[in-house]
Amino acid sequence: MTYMPGEKPYPLLSVRNLSKFYGKTMGCHEISFELGKGEVIGIVGESGSGKSTLLKCIAGRLTTTNGSIFFNSSYGFIDLCRTDEMLLRKIIRSETGFVTQNSVEGLRMTVSAGGNIGERLMAGGMRHYGQIRKIARQWLETVEIDAKRMDDLPSTFSGGMQQRLQIAANLVTDPRIILMDEPTSGLDVSVQARLIDVLRKLVARLSLSMILVTHDLAVARLLSHRLYVMKDGRIVESGLSDQILDDPREPYTQLLVSSILKP
Amino acid sequence: MSHTYNFAYLDEQSKKMIRRSVLKAMAIPGFQVPFGGREMPLPYGWGTGGIQLTASLLGKEDVLKVIDQGSDDTVNAVSIKDFFRKTAGIRITENTPEATLIQTRHRIPETPLKQGQIMVYQVPIPEPLQFIEPRRPETLKMHAFEEYGAMYVKLYEDISKHDRIVTAFDYPALVHGRYIMSPSPIPKFDNPKLHQSPAIHIFGAGREKRIYAVPPYTDVISLDFEDYPFELETWEESCAICGSGTSFLDEIITDDKGSRLFVCSDTEYCRKNGKKEA
Repeated sequence: MTYMPGEKPYPLLSVRNLSKFYGKTMGCHEISFELGKGEVIGIVGESGSGKSTLLKCIAGRLTTTNGSIFFNSSYGFIDLCRTDEMLLRKIIRSETGFVTQNSVEGLRMTVSAGGNIGERLMAGGMRHYGQIRKIARQWLETVEIDAKRMDDLPSTFSGGMQQRLQIAANLVTDPRIILMDEPTSGLDVSVQARLIDVLRKLVARLSLSMILVTHDLAVARLLSHRLYVMKDGRIVESGLSDQILDDPREPYTQLLVSSILKP
Repeated sequence: MSHTYNFAYLDEQSKKMIRRSVLKAMAIPGFQVPFGGREMPLPYGWGTGGIQLTASLLGKEDVLKVIDQGSDDTVNAVSIKDFFRKTAGIRITENTPEATLIQTRHRIPETPLKQGQIMVYQVPIPEPLQFIEPRRPETLKMHAFEEYGAMYVKLYEDISKHDRIVTAFDYPALVHGRYIMSPSPIPKFDNPKLHQSPAIHIFGAGREKRIYAVPPYTDVISLDFEDYPFELETWEESCAICGSGTSFLDEIITDDKGSRLFVCSDTEYCRKNGKKEA
């Protein structure tokens, strides 16, 4: 990697030599990359290639087997793999966002939409109901959910709305990095298009830094600046999105790109 | 029959173990201390946690009062008193100031408690975070790291649905500025009585095998929002028996035509107060 300890300016995120094993089974192995502020990178690859494992390690949801994840947090440039749990949880909660493929995991389904957005605010110490409501309403509008639905349970929302709600609930504390795990899978194409629209707007307006894990190359092309292609737990190719998708070098990437149906 | 049982039913080893947990609970106000709950001759949900605490804390000189929903003479209270009369042979009272140990379900007496008295609570669900986070390892961490945002989500939901905090019993409170505690199913009306109380308050959950405590003169602050502060329930009526306008009232339906009465839930206080007025 280009980054050396002590070198400035720090990137937002520097993953170095990261490995995760489930017993003897490899999840991902010797992954290294960097993410700058305001950058969106996509991680693509087929099911089982280790992309979700990698993302969950960065999100602190899995403990890593080896390697480092340096994150430029408000507590300094620290290795998330070697941070004590209390601080790690604080950073994860307030400075990173994690949007899951399955919104049941990312939302509290028995708590209203407003409550879901408000949770991070309340965790951060906000104790003014009116203010929490106001911020929640603004975020619902930002992700194009009718503010009238604020007191409804997410279980009454459509799949696309649930995903947008998840995004709002994550962005409300203005996190430094957003991690997305297959945010568009399981949605039909028109709903996907709307979600991608919302995401593109947010990325442009808030200059979000984001890691997007997806098996959908079209989504990856639309959202990400750079791409990493994973296969069997390792990164096999990386580069600018257009470069990778239009002129793939590795045989596996060529296969991946040629597998897309063209209507 | 008392000669067939050890004093206050429980064997001395078990009492010792429970007392150790009580000491730890007193040292860390509001923290739930696990203990090796014993089988008691009554079903879970009827006060197995409270009765084990009482059994471990009773001495021969103690004077015991037992209340159930504020009343001294409902089935649960009478049975528990009978149990200790038989197994410990100690003095039983209904008079709050006279009691050294008060086992309770649902109420704190209206008569102010004093230094030297011990309140023992029967707790069904000791974990205040359980409704929002069902995973036990996760709630343990939330307590350990003071991650109490989720607790406010419950209050938020109350206001968004009903325009006020409708949680009326088991109202979560912050103990000594550190741990959030579920004050057992006492009405929120009684929460302020825990704050800076001169008495010792010990909570026992038999099924969940947890003990926690509020030592004397400890801060117990009920959670709320800046714009929706903690409020006590109030009644337009006064007690139909003693005329008290400041005590916690129970609504009693007197016929099938909708007639109703409001009376003090604390029967001992009501009796005394009635005599004073008369």
